Amino acid sequence: MSLPAYEPVLLKYANQRGMHTLEAYLAHGGYGAAKKALTTMKPAEVIQAVKDSGLRGRGGAGFPCGMKWSFVPPPDRVPGPRYLCVNADESEPGTFKDRYIMEGDPHELLEGIIIACYAIGANTAYIYIRGELVLAAKILEKAVEEAYRHGALGPNALGSGFRVDCTVHRGAGAYICGEETGLLSSLEGGRGYPRIKPPFPAVVGAFGHPTIINNVETIANVPHIIERGAAWFKSVGPSDDPGPKIYCISGHVKKPGYYEGPMGITIRSLIHDYAGGMMDERPLKAIIAGGSSCPWIAPDKIDTPLGFESLKKVKTMFGSAGTIILNDSVCVVDAMWNILRFYAHESCGQCTPCREGTGWLAQIFERIEKGGGREDDIATILDVCDNMRGKTICVLSDAAAWPVQSILDVKNYPDAAIFRPEVEAHIREKKCPMGKHAPAFKEAVRQHGRISPRLVV
Amino acid sequence: MSFTFTPERRAKLDALVTRYPKKQAALLPALRLAEEQAGCIDFDAMEHIAEILDVSPAKVLGVFTFYTHYRRPGTGKFLVQVCATLPCALRGAESVFDRLASELGIGQDETTKDGMFTLKKVECLASCGSAVCVQVNDDYYENITADKVPDLIRQLKEKK
Repeated sequence: MSLPAYEPVLLKYANQRGMHTLEAYLAHGGYGAAKKALTTMKPAEVIQAVKDSGLRGRGGAGFPCGMKWSFVPPPDRVPGPRYLCVNADESEPGTFKDRYIMEGDPHELLEGIIIACYAIGANTAYIYIRGELVLAAKILEKAVEEAYRHGALGPNALGSGFRVDCTVHRGAGAYICGEETGLLSSLEGGRGYPRIKPPFPAVVGAFGHPTIINNVETIANVPHIIERGAAWFKSVGPSDDPGPKIYCISGHVKKPGYYEGPMGITIRSLIHDYAGGMMDERPLKAIIAGGSSCPWIAPDKIDTPLGFESLKKVKTMFGSAGTIILNDSVCVVDAMWNILRFYAHESCGQCTPCREGTGWLAQIFERIEKGGGREDDIATILDVCDNMRGKTICVLSDAAAWPVQSILDVKNYPDAAIFRPEVEAHIREKKCPMGKHAPAFKEAVRQHGRISPRLVV
Repeated sequence: MSFTFTPERRAKLDALVTRYPKKQAALLPALRLAEEQAGCIDFDAMEHIAEILDVSPAKVLGVFTFYTHYRRPGTGKFLVQVCATLPCALRGAESVFDRLASELGIGQDETTKDGMFTLKKVECLASCGSAVCVQVNDDYYENITADKVPDLIRQLKEKK
């Protein structure tokens, strides 16, 4: 097999060394799209162009970007400032694409920010970047400085008379701040607690004012749409779910990494054409298509195209395009325990179903893995999941329950029939059949009364 | 021991405050500045920040404890954080951590006697394509295997 003919758009320059400077960006026509938008188009025309392109948010939910922008109420209805927040809190396990845009081509992002600000009438933009990404934050801060000096940012952005200010705001290691309202709470200087919606941020957002929150990759697409037109964008990949896309692939493949291609390449193509095939030629056991919160799918779904609509059809999600590949050496219970430990650690603790549910699930999976499985465990797990879904302020709780249900709930997830027997075997045999963890349950109970409470991490 | 921002950092913070419509929004960046200055954030620094930003010290403590990435007092010179989330776990994060633990002679969340290294298992560092990822202070060390651990430690020791 060979790669489809495709010229990178988002990472064209990011993949080349030294192209992160303003000088390099200007040399290949940078800030031309922003100038075009700000000086020759009306904000409504910019929004219409993005709507026409069919660009869907790249942060996880896949919400149509242009439509989101149009939710900002007109100034006569809600006066006062508007804000743009760029979500660079990339934390979904399996996802690592935004980092490379910010490190390799930060001005591409800034140009998108200028255009987006103009479209929604925001004079201020904040880039909320996760605290761990120190290098990316430094590069971005430098780029912002350069952009101010160039006059792309500031009171008279690119000579248009429109003011755009941009600030890089560093987070400090909380997954929940990637949730849009958690991000706002954190931006305002508080604990990263998500807020109840409605009101949606587009109406009541940062500092109580209308705010649009977009993912880095979404914003990075905007200058290209303005420059080349909505029709061009629609022609890349499937027309109902189009555009250039950065895929992340990790786990058991020969060349894990990030690859740009058109939307809608198949999982098979991503594994074999881009990532060099399965590691050690071992067979595929499970696919997590879009990041750790996505329901698992079985190997027979390998020819499914990666896209928001196509993956919905096989009962999973495209999420933030963080494909994790598991081969036959993986123990389903062990891997799920790892995922659940993550969610238990990252739950903000506001809502009981999530705070308790994620911890319970992690503990039950740990117990099963270590040989302490009980007959009614699966029923208990599904009951807990049921109480976690749709009952909390944000979807972290759902995100923890989805993968679990996808391996156990045969009624709603057909592929659970593939994975469930392995969990049952753990419980029946009172040990991990793959020998990942030696039975420790009885011994641990004897010593401590119970096994490790909350987490190893 | 009391904490006061150096004049340069104070100027930086004052400039930062103007970037937000509310003073309090500069809390996270202010904590970063304190961390940068003192190497960690202690109660004195939190009180100082509270005073500058017009919030209660309890509020600052509440925010500080919500986030895992700020350095607590007692952290070693090199904070070694091993990503243990699924994509890294699939590529051997456990063995990297074990090797680090045995080479350094410390366990999870412990610091070596000489105050040089603190070892931590952490959740996803967004470097899944170059697993296993180990973050040491500000830097990412990627594609780490258990075999590369002694070399990594040697490199760090030479850095001083």
